[in-house]
Parts: sequence; C-alpha cells; structure tokens
Amino acid sequence: MTTTSEPVAEQVQAFLTERTRQTWARDTDLFAVGGVSSMFAMELVVHLESTFDIVIAGPDLALDNFRTVDGMTALVLRLREAEQ
Amino acid sequence: MLREEAEDFSLAVLGAGTMGLGISALAVGHGVPVTLVEADAARARQAPAAVTAQLRMAQLMNALPADREYGELTVTGSLAGAAGATVVIEAVTEDLTLKTKVLAQTAALTGAGVALVSNTSSIPIDELAGYLPDAARLIGTHFMNPPYLISTVEVVRGASTGEATLSAVTRLLGVLARRPVVVGDGPGFVTSRILHPMINDAARVVQEGTATAEAVDTLMRECLGHRTGPLRTADLIGLDNLADSLRVLAERTGDHRAAPCELLLDKVRDGHLGRKTGRGFYDYGKAQP
Repeated sequence: MTTTSEPVAEQVQAFLTERTRQTWARDTDLFAVGGVSSMFAMELVVHLESTFDIVIAGPDLALDNFRTVDGMTALVLRLREAEQ
Repeated sequence: MLREEAEDFSLAVLGAGTMGLGISALAVGHGVPVTLVEADAARARQAPAAVTAQLRMAQLMNALPADREYGELTVTGSLAGAAGATVVIEAVTEDLTLKTKVLAQTAALTGAGVALVSNTSSIPIDELAGYLPDAARLIGTHFMNPPYLISTVEVVRGASTGEATLSAVTRLLGVLARRPVVVGDGPGFVTSRILHPMINDAARVVQEGTATAEAVDTLMRECLGHRTGPLRTADLIGLDNLADSLRVLAERTGDHRAAPCELLLDKVRDGHLGRKTGRGFYDYGKAQP
C-alpha cells in the first residue's frame, strides 16, 4: 500500500487543530511560534505511531522531525515505505 | 571514559512516584544500571513503561548522550533489591516517618560505604540523619522535574554528611551530566524554601478571585521572567507533594504564609494533583508523563 502526502498532512493538521484550537500551515514551525510546547511533541509522536501504525525510534525521535506538518508527513511516509 | 564510569555505579531508587521514575530514567539513559524498588504492586507493574516513556521524551528533547547504551532497569517490590547498590536514592512520599523507616532499613541492608541519598524536597537532612546509625552516609539531592531536562541539581550537605558521601554523589551526578550546587541544610534548603511559598501565594491570589491561574502565570512569565509560571510549575511538581512540602516548611519555620492554602488543599482532596492526574490548576485532558 502506498501512502500519498496529502491525506497524511490533512490528518496531522486535523489533530493539531483539535488539540490546539487553531489551524496550522504545513510549513509553520510549531515550536518557534510559541503555540505548541515541546511537551506536546511527545503527544504528536504517540499520535503518529498509533494513527499510521509506525514506530518512531532511534535518530528519528528528534524534535526537528516534528516542527512542521510537512516534516511529520515526510517522516510518516518514509517510515511506512521502509516497512513495506 | 564516561561509559565505563557509568558502569561503575549501580543505583537503587526507592519509590516509583514522579521523581523516582524520573531519576531512574535519567540514570538508565546515561548508562547507569538501576534497581527501582516499589512496594505497591500496581505502581511497580507500570514502572517499566513509565520509565520508557520518559526515556523517549528525553531522547526527543535531545537530553541524552547519543553514544551511550542504556543501563538495565530492574523493578522489584522488595527493599532487599537495594542490597548490591553503590548509591541509593530515596524518593518516597514526603513524610518523615516513612522516609526515616525506609532509610534506616536501607542502611542496614547496604554496605557501610554506600551513600544514602534522600531526594526530599523540604525535610532537613540532619533531621532524617538522626534516625540512622551512621549520619555521615546521608546526603540530600533535590532533582527538579523532569530530571532529564533540568541539568542543575541542588545537593544538600547536612552537618554530619561525610566527605566520601559528598564525593560519591558528585561523581554520580557527573556521570548523569548534572551540575551540583552544594548548599547547607535547613527546611526546604534553597529552592523549596523560596519557590514553594511563592507558589502558595500564587494559588492564594487565584483563591481570592484576584486573577485566574492563566493571568498569574502569564504575568510571572512575561513580566518577571519566570520560565513556566508558578501554577504550571505546581502542576508539574504534583499538588499533593507541594502541599506536603509546604506543611513541612510551615511546621519547621513557623511561617504561616507557608501553610498550604485552601484552594491547594481542595484540589488535593478532589484528586486533581496536576499533570500526573491530568488536572490541577490546568486541565491536561489526561494524565501526562
């Protein structure tokens, strides 16, 4: 099964909107603008793992991978591809 | 070099509460093997997953050395598990009777050269030392929560604390990449003595209807440079632990301002203990690591 970026990005945006009550552009740095705490990053990790059935570990478990919707989307697609 | 030094230590942590879990994660993440002793069976069962969650969080925050393998974590219900440790850190509930009982039993189980460390947030080290056969072995550390993220540790040297004990703890903190600041003894030492009554006042301001928790924290952060705001910090400490610490301070200093305010006591009674239960001064939705 291949996954394209659009549905993944939309899912991540929907989760962010639900949890932060604001909308986020795909390239906005979530942590830099102060809208999201770094503690929230772990929620993002857990959410991506359970939603997309992936395991994020080792060097992938770095804050930089969760800074933007685009970054998270790329990570999800890469990990899903690696599993196939 | 650090890797080998980490393996020189075998750490026993007593109590799998917020701080016991956090200190265990810090040590394991720096390659130090840890035996975590927790008498409560349900808590002991949850401990490995809780430590793993903190290790993941620490890794995410880039707070662990990348080139060191994790130390082994062993969880046991029996204090006898502490017998082989080179350093013991006690992190049970902030209660004099419980702490002294656990420390005295541990002193009898471990070798005469093993440093006994109390991670008390307020009870004076000399007061705890009075219950031990050899007061020189006892010292205090005051790790902040979460331990992996805050790299400075308040170290409390009691009047009787021995040089060897101080040196063992300093060496351990070096392996854990924490910077010790050694201070003298007294109720609440430095950080709790100053911070906890301030948080109590912040809660009192909310109790009296002068401002919301958000307003208090925003002013303290943005006008006075407090990193997280006193009430969000309270939620991170745990409101039950904070109330216990304030009682210790009020009893030992005679300062009525330190006696936990009604709003704080109400929240503790209602089980709203902060991040660990998902609600305190703020609502977190569900329990947070």
